[in-house]
Formats: sequence, C-alpha cells, structure tokens
Amino acid sequence: MLRYVLTRALSLGLSLVVASLVIFAMIEVIPGDPASFMLGLNAQPEAVAALRDDLGLNGSLVTRYLDWVGGLMTGDFGISYTYRVPVAELVLERLQVSLPLALYALGLSTLIAIPVGMFAAARQGRTSDYAIMGATQLGIAIPNFWFAMLLVMLFAVQLRWFSAGGFPGWDEGFWLAMKALTLPAVALALPQASILARVMRSSLLDVLHQDYMRTARAKGLSIAQATRHHALRNALIPVLTIIGLQFSFLLAGAIIIENVFFLPGLGRLIFQAITQRDLVVVESVVMLLVFAVILVTFLIDVAYAVVDPRLRRRR
Amino acid sequence: MTRLPAQLWIGAVLSAALLATALLSFLWTPYDVTTLNIGAKLKPPSAEYLLGTDHFGRDLLSMLMEGGRISIAVAVLAVGIGMGVGVPLGLLAAAHRGGWLDEVIMRGNDLIFAFPALVIAILITATFGPSATNAIVAIGIFNIPVFARVARGGAMTIWTQDFIMAARVAGKGKVRISVEHILPNIANLLIVQGTIQFSLGILAEAGLSYVGLGAQPPIASWGRMLAEAQTMIYSHPRLAIAPGLAIVVMVLGLNLMGDGLRDLLDPRIRRART
Repeated sequence: MLRYVLTRALSLGLSLVVASLVIFAMIEVIPGDPASFMLGLNAQPEAVAALRDDLGLNGSLVTRYLDWVGGLMTGDFGISYTYRVPVAELVLERLQVSLPLALYALGLSTLIAIPVGMFAAARQGRTSDYAIMGATQLGIAIPNFWFAMLLVMLFAVQLRWFSAGGFPGWDEGFWLAMKALTLPAVALALPQASILARVMRSSLLDVLHQDYMRTARAKGLSIAQATRHHALRNALIPVLTIIGLQFSFLLAGAIIIENVFFLPGLGRLIFQAITQRDLVVVESVVMLLVFAVILVTFLIDVAYAVVDPRLRRRR
Repeated sequence: MTRLPAQLWIGAVLSAALLATALLSFLWTPYDVTTLNIGAKLKPPSAEYLLGTDHFGRDLLSMLMEGGRISIAVAVLAVGIGMGVGVPLGLLAAAHRGGWLDEVIMRGNDLIFAFPALVIAILITATFGPSATNAIVAIGIFNIPVFARVARGGAMTIWTQDFIMAARVAGKGKVRISVEHILPNIANLLIVQGTIQFSLGILAEAGLSYVGLGAQPPIASWGRMLAEAQTMIYSHPRLAIAPGLAIVVMVLGLNLMGDGLRDLLDPRIRRART
C-alpha cells in the first residue's frame, strides 16, 4: 500500500514539474519578451525596461523558472501587474467564490444523480426508466452556461425569486451568499447529474447481475437488503471514477458560469487578466487549476487502492 | 435490437438537418448577415424574418445557419487533430505494450488530461490572442489523449488474436501490422468515439466563444451569438434561446447517433442486451 502511494506521489510530482515547464514555456518563452508584450506596441522603452526589472526578466530562463516555482511553493505567486497586489491575495479572495460554487454543484449533482440512477436501475425497461434516460440525454446536451441563462430568465426575471447575478460576499451572511450561488450551482449540476445518473444506473445494473448478488438473495436477503449491503458499495466505484474525471469539467464550467452571473471568482480574474495582458496572473492561476486537477486524480487513485486492494498491484 | 435503429435514426436526422443548413449557408441564406441594417433591428419573428432580427438588424435565422458553420468546423477539425495524433500514438503504445515507449506515451496522456480544453485555450489566447483557430487547437489537444486511450485499448485486444500471430510469422513488422490489421479492426471504436468527441467539441466551442476565447466578431458562431445575447436576455430572450436550442439539437443528435452506433457496431453490447 505504502509503495503504491509513493509511486503515485512520484508520478504526481513528475506531472507537476512537466506541467509547470509547459506553462512557463507558453507564457514566458513563446511571446518573446513578456514585458513588451504586456505593455503593448506603443510602450515607452523606459517603461518596458522598468517592467522587465520588476518581473525579474533579466535573469536567465533557468533562474526565472526556478524563482517562479520556488515562489509558488512558498505561496508567493508574484505581484499582479494591473492590480498591483500579490496574486496570492487575489486568488485567495476569488477562490472564496469559485471553490464553494464547484463544491455546491458537486454536492447537488451527487445528491440528485445517485437516487435517480438507482431508481432508473430498479425500474429497468419500464416507462419511468425510459423517461429518466431521455431526460438525462437532454441534460448532457444542454450547455451549462446556456441553461444558466434560462434559469436567470425564469427565476430572476420572471419569478424574481433570485437575483440575476452578483455576489454579496460571505460577510453578509452565509445564507445570502449561498442563495447567490444557488442558480449557478444548479446550472452546473444539471449536466453533471445527468452523466452521473447514467453511470450509476448502468453500474448498478452490472452489479445486480453478479453471482454474489444471487448468493446474497439465496441466503435469504430481500432485494433491498442485498442492494444495500452488497450492490451499492460496488456500484459506487465507477461513479467515483466519473466524479474524478468530471472534476476538470466542473472547474472549467464554474469558471465559465461565473460570467453569466457576474460572480467575482477565478473565472473573472483570469479573463480580465487575459484582456489586460496580465501574464503574471494568468501564469499562476493556470498552474493552480492544473495543480487542482492533478491532485484530484492522485487522490482518486489512492482512494481506489484503499477501496480495492487488487488495484495496488497494477501499474 | 428493436430500439437501436430508432436512436440512430433520430440522432442522424437531427444532426444532419443542422449540418445541412450550415452547409446551405455557403450558397444561400435568407438575408446577408455581413451587412448591418440598423433600421430593422430587434424585429420580432414575422413572415419577413422567421426568427426576427438581432440588435444590428441581422436576420437571426441566417445568423444561426452561418454560426453553425464555425461551430461544426471547429468541432470537426478538433476531432481530426485528436484522431490524427492520438490514434498513431495509441497504436504505437499498444505495439510496444509494457515497454518504455508505452509508459512514456501513457504518462504523457495522463499529463494532457490535467489540462482541460479551457485551460489550454486560456494559455494559447494569453499569448496569441483569441481566434477560432485557438479553439480548434485547444479542443484538438484535449481530444488527443482520448483517442490515444481508445486506440490503445482496442489495439491491445486485437494484438492477442491468432491472425496477428500469423501476420508476425509471415514477417510483417509492428508498424505494418498496426496499419494493415489493427487499424481496420478498431475503426468501429474510433467512429463511435469520434461522434462523442464531435458533440463534446460543439459544447466546448460554445463555451470558449461565449467567454471570448474562440471565434471573434464579426464571425458568428453559436457560442458567440450567446455571448452577444447575454446583455439582452431581459428584453429579448429569443436571441439567447435560438442559438442555445441549435446547440442542444446538434449535441443531442450526435450523442444519440453515437449511442446508436456503439450498440450497432459493438457485438459485445449487442449480445449483452439480448
């Protein structure tokens, strides 16, 4: 077990190194001189020189890369060029919107998908199963940000139950903040839940046809008991995989949906940084996103090994 | 079996209909969308303008037809990139299964998985500026590991079969076997995956264009149209509803088609159903 975790951790570290090299190359090497790129064509040479100095661009590529990575590891993400504040501060502030939003959506979609998938599996081949499968097919096809717009039209414009956008901040009270995140989270959760419900259904159906389920029934358990004690846990493994794989979609979705609701999250930070050519912000935020995805993959791998000892030997 | 053709048919008809209108826009659209007609701005649907006009007086139906062109082209080209790079990599990995090359390719795959299409698009746009080409490259790169994985997985099972052994005994090299014997046998899998990635590409293009990382004005794409409609969802919701529906119909059609094709082409599933 320990060996398995260590090899996975090693591969996690290696992935992070390669990813950071790719990001560094894209942002700092390919544009040529980042300083003149950030300031635009009409910049004064003195201003460019000053910025080069500020950004530490006069060192060699190797020292610049090591400085950047070293900074990331100690929580120093550089100083935003446009905001004139440490990027770490900006990111922390924005994460307070993006992270709760992603988790809220993840929670909602899991809470909806697992019972719905179980219900469809129990009703396999009947009208309600077809209706659910049809609805999930539609849910997968709907772009979440468009669904978000529809939600705004219905619940904010027509019914006026929710505000159309904006975020009051957590200081204004937990429930107010959660209310502001509700429509975005629902919009994010719908396609997610559709996929998860389908996975839950087919994985439960798979398990229900296993020999050990027949054994469980033969020893006198009712269908509900056998499902609860034996089927559910096994059926949840593929669902866990999909949740892990979907994490990056969720993150990307959250970033896009923030635009619909004018939420001050990571998404707005990064899109503004792109238009303002604030490469310092772009570089560190992208690294953070990639780090999050790699970390989740690692955690899921380890979670598997805990659940299923057979996996420890593979790879 | 009875349900399968229906799924395939409905899906094919839905996506073919939208593809056809997009192709038709090369020859004919009800109105020219490159000229602005402010006098006719924000007209409601009528016999003259079937879906009404937008804030520049452009006919919404014509915009949808032209917009489909970019959305579909981006998704198709991205599938092309994914297949063109991913399939050879997957075949190579399978031919050297267990070896260092296999390991390197698969670890590389895992790494690309850590870069969502949105993040790749952000990186490219930050240095090269936004364009539809960036969206193609970003979604294409995202597709590479998907196809590599499918190709490798499919190829591995074919490699164990007797006729491959016969080909090896006949003195054929790994590359030749991969191209002549493995590839035709995994074509089914690749077609099914291609359909799925096509539909994901439509969704991804819409998302990227919506946040300004894809097609730029005046080029219309379904995602772009949604971005422009954003500020008018209170006064003219029709402008946001129409392009969204086009995306939903296209993606739904492709997904149904993909499911139908998989059931049709994969004998294992067919057996499991009966």
